Amino acid sequence: MDHATFTTAFRAALFGGPPPPGAFANDPDEVERRFAVYRNNVAHSLTRALACRFPVVERLVGGDFFAATARVYLQEDPPASPRLSQWGQGFAAFLERFEPAAALAYLPDVARLEWQRGQAYHAADAGPVSAEALMQAAADPGRHALRLHPSVAMVRSRFAVVSIWEANQPGQRPGGHLRANRAETALVLRDRADQVPVIALTEEEALCADALLRGATLLAATAGTEGSAAMRLLPLLMRVGAITGIAEQG
Amino acid sequence: MPLPRAPGLGFKSEHFDAIRTTRPALGFLEVHAENYMGAGGPPHRQLATLRQDYALSLHGVGLSIGGPDRPDQGHLRRLRDLISRYEPASFSEHLAWSSHGGDYLNDLLPLPYTPETLQIVCDHVDEVQSTLGCRMLLENPSTYLLFAQSTLPETTFLAEVAGRTGCGLLLDVNNVFVSCTNHRTDPVDWLASIPLHHVGEVHLGGHAREDLPSGPLLIDDHGCPVADPVWQLYARVIAQAGPLPTLIEWDNDVPDFPTLLAEAERAARVMAQAAEAV
Repeated sequence: MDHATFTTAFRAALFGGPPPPGAFANDPDEVERRFAVYRNNVAHSLTRALACRFPVVERLVGGDFFAATARVYLQEDPPASPRLSQWGQGFAAFLERFEPAAALAYLPDVARLEWQRGQAYHAADAGPVSAEALMQAAADPGRHALRLHPSVAMVRSRFAVVSIWEANQPGQRPGGHLRANRAETALVLRDRADQVPVIALTEEEALCADALLRGATLLAATAGTEGSAAMRLLPLLMRVGAITGIAEQG
Repeated sequence: MPLPRAPGLGFKSEHFDAIRTTRPALGFLEVHAENYMGAGGPPHRQLATLRQDYALSLHGVGLSIGGPDRPDQGHLRRLRDLISRYEPASFSEHLAWSSHGGDYLNDLLPLPYTPETLQIVCDHVDEVQSTLGCRMLLENPSTYLLFAQSTLPETTFLAEVAGRTGCGLLLDVNNVFVSCTNHRTDPVDWLASIPLHHVGEVHLGGHAREDLPSGPLLIDDHGCPVADPVWQLYARVIAQAGPLPTLIEWDNDVPDFPTLLAEAERAARVMAQAAEAV
């Protein structure tokens, strides 16, 4: 048996097959139990990696349910590289079709929010523009668009994802009443202090933020919204350091 | 510049402030390379700060050197970028495999020791060293099973890889104790048959214990203090080889920083006592 055949048999055994050919221990009755150490290491370490990325999902479903879910997910969509921070992009879509979690319809969107937070944490660095530069751009809004920090993303949901996320942070006691069937939009970014807050946006702010993310001019991004949305959003983006450049258009 | 022959600690981000404010006397800090492969953010800022005060040891867990396939080229490129950015004093990896068919399994899986796998591992170490442009250290694993197809003792296998490729060895004394206990062999014999002059770094970590009908099954979990028999083996190594860069690994149930530092100080005492005895 060559080495490729051996590793293929070993891998199959990690997910339920018999121990690979040639595996032995001084006491042959112990082979299965000894092989189980590898089986447990793989399942446990990947489950913990997923839980680190999706702590609120874990808290919502409970540790045992999460571990059982992870064991199905990691076989269906295992990490494609040792960079575990890049693993889990498909977890939200998996949860959508994972029958045992169907009762929690908001769970996939919570996973989407947590995925974006992880991406924001590791996103590239970029320094903020000065307030003066923004003021100058705002003076001629039809010609200027904003470059936003690489960490900035939005998660739109027909569920109250921001409220659910906030209510399930460490130290928050569960039990408060929360109406989940209410649309919320989350703005996610990494701020100047390297924190990754989740900021609830109104519908108007979300439209404005969406346009800014797509590179629309300040004029286009604020058109159709009442001025108050931009009045809150732009200073907020400035304060957290999310405006990293001004692009001149035309 | 090689790692200082002094104790070092595995860096945990929760200890960043403690290290930065107290600047403990440590020979080096070791980090897992894969945790610094994001585009930016706090991990890189922390590492850039730490390297101003400490030598760095870059320790990989994902190259899958013991697997049948060539090391992943993207992963090697990311390692090369990290090395040129942070200029670590050492790069090390494991005698194990962790990827299969493009999937990453996140564990250090065992291989039979045969002429075939020896050639594979040597080829992979050659490729890693030529791509990264530096000598690497290869770490002995903790194992829980043996393989009937193995024809070479682990120590012979490691010595052959070091001899053929010019790589150094990372001697994990806890792994020696864990594997020898699990396979009912004597760790002193294991240590007597490893060429200590190839050893560029020592690892010390904690292990867990289960009980099987035939005796203990030790599991390398880095979740507790280094066990006393491991300290005794370590003292034998140091008495023979002299002081070596020595890492305390504690990756799970990570304690507060003073507890971790006390383990490093214990390693320093072992090295000091060996020096006095000479």
